[in-house]
Amino acid sequence: MTNVSIIGVGQTKVKEHWDTSLRHLAWYAIEAALDDAHTTDIDAVFVGNMLGGELSKQNHLGALVADFAGLRGVEAIRIEAADASGGAAFRQAVLAVESGLVQTALVVGVEKMTEEMGAPATAALSTALDADYETIHGLTLAGMGALLMRRYMHEYGVDVSDFAGFSVNAHANGALNPLAMYRNRLKPERFAAAPQVAEPVSLFDMAPGGDGAAAVIVTRHERALDMVPQPVRVAGSALATDTLALHDRKDVLWLAAAERSAKQAMIQAGISPEDVDLFELHDSFTVMAALSLEACGFAARGEGWRLARDGEIGRNGRIPVSTFGGLKARGNPAGATGVYQIVEVALQLRGQAGDCQVPDARIGMAQNLGGSGATAVTHILRVD
Amino acid sequence: MSKDKLMKPQKPVGIVGYGAYVPRYRLPASEVARMWTGGSGGVPIQEKAVNGLDEDVVTMSIEAARNALKRARINPQDSRAVWVGSESHPYAVKPSSTIVAEAIGAVPHTQAADWEFACKAGTEAMQAAIAFVGSGMAQYALSIGMDTAQGRPGDALEYTAAAGGAALLIGPAAEAVALIHGSYSFVTDTPDFWRRAHANYPSHGDRFTGEPAYFKHIMGAAQALMEAVGRTPADYQWAVFHQPNAKFPQRVAKMLGFAPEQIAPGLLSPRIGNTYSGSTMIGLTAILDVAEPGDRILMVSYGSGAGSDAFDLEVTERLLAVRHLAPSTETYISRRTVIDYATYTRFRDKLKMS
Amino acid sequence: MEVSRHWRLQTQRYSLVGETCDTCGVKLFPPRDVCLECEAPAKELYTFTGVGEIFSYTTIYEAPAGFEHTTPYMIALIKLEEGPLVTAQLTDVDQEEVYVGMPVEMVTRKLRTEGEEGVIIYGYKFRPAVETAVQ
Repeated sequence: MTNVSIIGVGQTKVKEHWDTSLRHLAWYAIEAALDDAHTTDIDAVFVGNMLGGELSKQNHLGALVADFAGLRGVEAIRIEAADASGGAAFRQAVLAVESGLVQTALVVGVEKMTEEMGAPATAALSTALDADYETIHGLTLAGMGALLMRRYMHEYGVDVSDFAGFSVNAHANGALNPLAMYRNRLKPERFAAAPQVAEPVSLFDMAPGGDGAAAVIVTRHERALDMVPQPVRVAGSALATDTLALHDRKDVLWLAAAERSAKQAMIQAGISPEDVDLFELHDSFTVMAALSLEACGFAARGEGWRLARDGEIGRNGRIPVSTFGGLKARGNPAGATGVYQIVEVALQLRGQAGDCQVPDARIGMAQNLGGSGATAVTHILRVD
Repeated sequence: MSKDKLMKPQKPVGIVGYGAYVPRYRLPASEVARMWTGGSGGVPIQEKAVNGLDEDVVTMSIEAARNALKRARINPQDSRAVWVGSESHPYAVKPSSTIVAEAIGAVPHTQAADWEFACKAGTEAMQAAIAFVGSGMAQYALSIGMDTAQGRPGDALEYTAAAGGAALLIGPAAEAVALIHGSYSFVTDTPDFWRRAHANYPSHGDRFTGEPAYFKHIMGAAQALMEAVGRTPADYQWAVFHQPNAKFPQRVAKMLGFAPEQIAPGLLSPRIGNTYSGSTMIGLTAILDVAEPGDRILMVSYGSGAGSDAFDLEVTERLLAVRHLAPSTETYISRRTVIDYATYTRFRDKLKMS
Repeated sequence: MEVSRHWRLQTQRYSLVGETCDTCGVKLFPPRDVCLECEAPAKELYTFTGVGEIFSYTTIYEAPAGFEHTTPYMIALIKLEEGPLVTAQLTDVDQEEVYVGMPVEMVTRKLRTEGEEGVIIYGYKFRPAVETAVQ
């Protein structure tokens, strides 16, 4: 159990924000989080972002975002770990507060993905992979997901349609989330007919990119108790890594970093998988959702897909996932995604999830993966 | 007179390894006709070989060279030269040969150069390799003739301009699969076909490419060589002539006194088109795939501009021991995927993308 | 213009030159100087045969910049006969033919070009094994 608690959260809708810049997106989420926490007293800012340099031609986001948010002068840096940037930034804030060197930290995950589209945007996202040994061969994130999915299907004897449950669940929940990018329900029978992105990964397997920002404010728990009625405790926080490239892994179908970070976080929190009331997992692709469930101990190896098929991932199921739509329906604003996950778990535990509410949620887990799962950040939040 | 001009090295040399390459795509001549003549009229060949999107003279040369090395069973570091003859080098400035040399593991203690002489760039590299080895300057030298030939859309050459070629590793006669008894070159300034710098497609003199160009030079080189080595067409089991289409090599064979059977195994143009710098050399590799020890082979290239290089070869016992070590020419030719004209324009970079 | 970064890797790219571990003998591709198995130094160069089989594969329809003119194209994880997996494009093959376990061999092809005027980057791809002539 850490001594860190969440006192404020904020988020923007995930969509194509044509009229909103990177810095404005960040500011809107920060503004909402500051309002939520009823404070402007921030000592450090951690910006989770993946693509500022590639798509907005803007690095140096720590200083830019702090300045634009009216926090000029405070310590501020950008944290990058591909699409695990948001989770990694949140962990840096937790570490900073836990260390005692920072009293109150603000994390903002922000991604402005629509500055470029098509091939340049795909190339930018592909920087999550190994440039010298994967992307030079034309591999994309979707291609990486497809290599995993094809092998998964081959080894475990499952079919494309067996993955449908993940997307159907995500869209069912996203339909109830006013901030989700996609609010349409997905019919299972349409799943197999979706346009291919990287066969067998189709548009319905793959989380859509979008613009968005989410922010979280953390401080020491005893201070949090004085500041807000319902602080959400960070019970566990761990980040682990694996090889960037799939081909360097001894066991391609095992997300070793996801397992390691989940185990560490659960040990810190003193819980085991059956104690988790909801799990915001990294469903960038349906196969990643299945592999995450397996690596984190919610399903046996090769069985993760069954949870989706058997309806166990719904809000009333054994292990609800993607409760606000997940990456698939809420949208995947790359470096912001991990902070959205934290915001969503916090709202669930505060009982403020609206139509997306998981009944009696006390312990929630968020796991943010970078690229192939080479970075895995797991956080466990709880309320008493 | 010819005898004095026979190009014969001081040390006996031969081909110690050979390798062919033909890309898998085929454009039927009927597709070109469909596009430009409404399908009317005759076509000069059945189909031509077309390189894929990821192939060029460098990649094709690498594969042919690897096949030659497999048969020669030598350390690539022992080759003192890697020479690539082509009129479609991917770079205007920067050698294809250094890339090939690097890929086959011949660098850095080697010569490397690109050659250009229309369709005989490969055989002039071969002559240089003969000289390099025959003079004692090198134990082995690799000569390659390879092209991804350009044909202007709608032009007569579009039916035939093809992709493919071969690599011949020249070395000491004692290790040869085919001895090279001598060579002869015959050259004049004859502007039958050319491509100016920065032009995408070659221009040509139409029927002027025939009698004063192709036939005159091949006849000149072939007859002089045969006279110099004291042989007649009947002394050769096999002959191969440059193959710009199906008709010319058959006619020149007849004019020289060769029977259709003698040129049959090396006559590839009806099935793969004119592979330009590769044309005569891949005809030779097809012959080596079927020849027997003791067989004599006459090989005559032709390059526009214009000139011919003729070679007198004799197959050794060693051929039988190494022939199977790499894919045969026929293996590549029969590995075929037919494409339509639209795919062809895409593969050959004829679509205006910007 | 990225010249040196591709030049630096061309030995590996042209002919699958990797490394072998001095201690446990494991073969490494891509080379990484430290053994993936036993973490001992692995610096001895080893040229792979280029023979392997398909471990997994995909067809890319939405390509990144630099590859958009070559879609659709296939990428695979290849299990080399010496052990390592390698990521590479498949070439000279029709999509319908490909299956997990398909025998393939390395060829050197154009990976991409840097525009109309930039360098051409060559490297390994894999294709269905072409039979060697049998007498």
